[in-house]
Amino acid sequence: MHLLVIDWIFLVEKLILIIVIVSVSLGVAMYSTWGERKVAAFMQDRRGPSRAGPGGIFQPLADGLKLFMKEEIFPSSSNKFLFILGPCLAMMTAMMTSAVVPWSTPLHLFGRVVSLQIADINIGILYVFGVVSMGVYGIMMGGWASNNKFSLISAIRGASQIISYELAMGLSLIALLMVTGSLSLRTIVEQQVHQGYWNIVVQPIGFLVFFVCALAECNRTPFDLSEAENELNFGYHQEYSSMKLGFYLFAEYINMFISSAIMATLFFGGYHIPFVHTDAMNPNLAAILGGAAFFIKTVIFIFIFMWIRWTVPRFRYDQLMNLGWKGLIPLALINMVVTGAVILWLKK
Amino acid sequence: MQALTNHAKSVDRKPMTWVERIYIWNIAKGMAITLRHFWKKKVTIDYPEVKRPFSPVFRGVQVLNRDEEGRERCTACGLCAVACPAEAITMEAAERKTGEEHLYREEKYAARYEINMLRCIFCGLCEEACPKDAIYLSETFAPANYQRKGFIYNKEELLIPDPKTQPEAYEEAKGKHRPTTA
Repeated sequence: MHLLVIDWIFLVEKLILIIVIVSVSLGVAMYSTWGERKVAAFMQDRRGPSRAGPGGIFQPLADGLKLFMKEEIFPSSSNKFLFILGPCLAMMTAMMTSAVVPWSTPLHLFGRVVSLQIADINIGILYVFGVVSMGVYGIMMGGWASNNKFSLISAIRGASQIISYELAMGLSLIALLMVTGSLSLRTIVEQQVHQGYWNIVVQPIGFLVFFVCALAECNRTPFDLSEAENELNFGYHQEYSSMKLGFYLFAEYINMFISSAIMATLFFGGYHIPFVHTDAMNPNLAAILGGAAFFIKTVIFIFIFMWIRWTVPRFRYDQLMNLGWKGLIPLALINMVVTGAVILWLKK
Repeated sequence: MQALTNHAKSVDRKPMTWVERIYIWNIAKGMAITLRHFWKKKVTIDYPEVKRPFSPVFRGVQVLNRDEEGRERCTACGLCAVACPAEAITMEAAERKTGEEHLYREEKYAARYEINMLRCIFCGLCEEACPKDAIYLSETFAPANYQRKGFIYNKEELLIPDPKTQPEAYEEAKGKHRPTTA
């Protein structure tokens, strides 16, 4: 009966890790809403939320409570099943991506080596792409099931935008993968730790393309055409109320958190702390410091996302498509070819 | 056509240069601007706790004045009602009886005095018209109300507190910038 021998402690360990990471993602997403409003306010010479708690620190709780208390409305002509499935799918795909992100070096607890990564699969980045491209179904379903023309237009816009930018994103990553030679996120990070320099040094153009595409994938300004408040009336979640709307908004912030984490992992050394050698340290201390470094990098990216949102106005639809198809994809392709040529030349 | 002013600027229809077309440089410039604003002093005033002072010439809600002995100055002459362009003021006069000298300054007084705050345009002409310095515009505004009739202020609401019995309230209602009118 060797088939039924299960490492129960392993299961418990992973379960705890999943719970912790999901709650951390939700917490970060929650406080991203607060941060977003603060950043927006500061950039417009205002103060932002300041009433709920010191510096408005309890504002997300108040927002969440408000969303829970709102009346749940189903448009009478909507497809109920898909109408509910839409936000659930958006939320689920947003949460699923965090499974392959290596948060830090392993912890040593009770004689066990606890990896701070839910699943170190050897196709990690491919998994991320697979899940992220599922995310568009949340938008599509929500927009279609609402049975509202604005929602439908916005869903179509969102879908075509995400599909266009996913191409460039994938192409920009191919160059990076040629450099690293691995799809596993942990391997990519470990390589950067051992090299001592980050992948941004060898792939600046790749990073730029990836970053722009990440903005587009998260539906953030300047690529928020699918929710364009002033032309599409809030877009695909126009008919949503209560926590279903909350799920959509939350999924956007979780997506932002995860894509920031992925960018930090791929291009900025993940949990690597520059100029600090963590090998000699106590492994637990190293893990905590690494996790903190990773978290700081992620928060910096989230800030940059917000900074861009409150600086740049929305692109027009033709500009968006031009930038995607005629700008980023050729750039990513050239980057890929040049990277390949340089790798071949160096190996010779 | 000759332009009447030099405010008009012709729109630049030049095609974008290469630097403009790749957006990055211009976006970076924009981000530098927003970052500068990030550190700037905020202009917000935390309203209920901190209040922005009114200007000395602010014309707020009307106050019916009393003299130093706390007697009402209004003699119900009706000049303010005549001067009022919005016809917001109505009043009824009454004769002062013996024994009421401590209440009213002169032989005639306003038994009823009403200002409709929904009509009032806070022009201050009533203040200018008054020969007895009995009405002036204070430094507060008419607060919100749930009903229309709540905006018709009667004499009790308009009268300034008695300077003899409530000197602090009197000073506050009079405001900082008002010259004392004896």
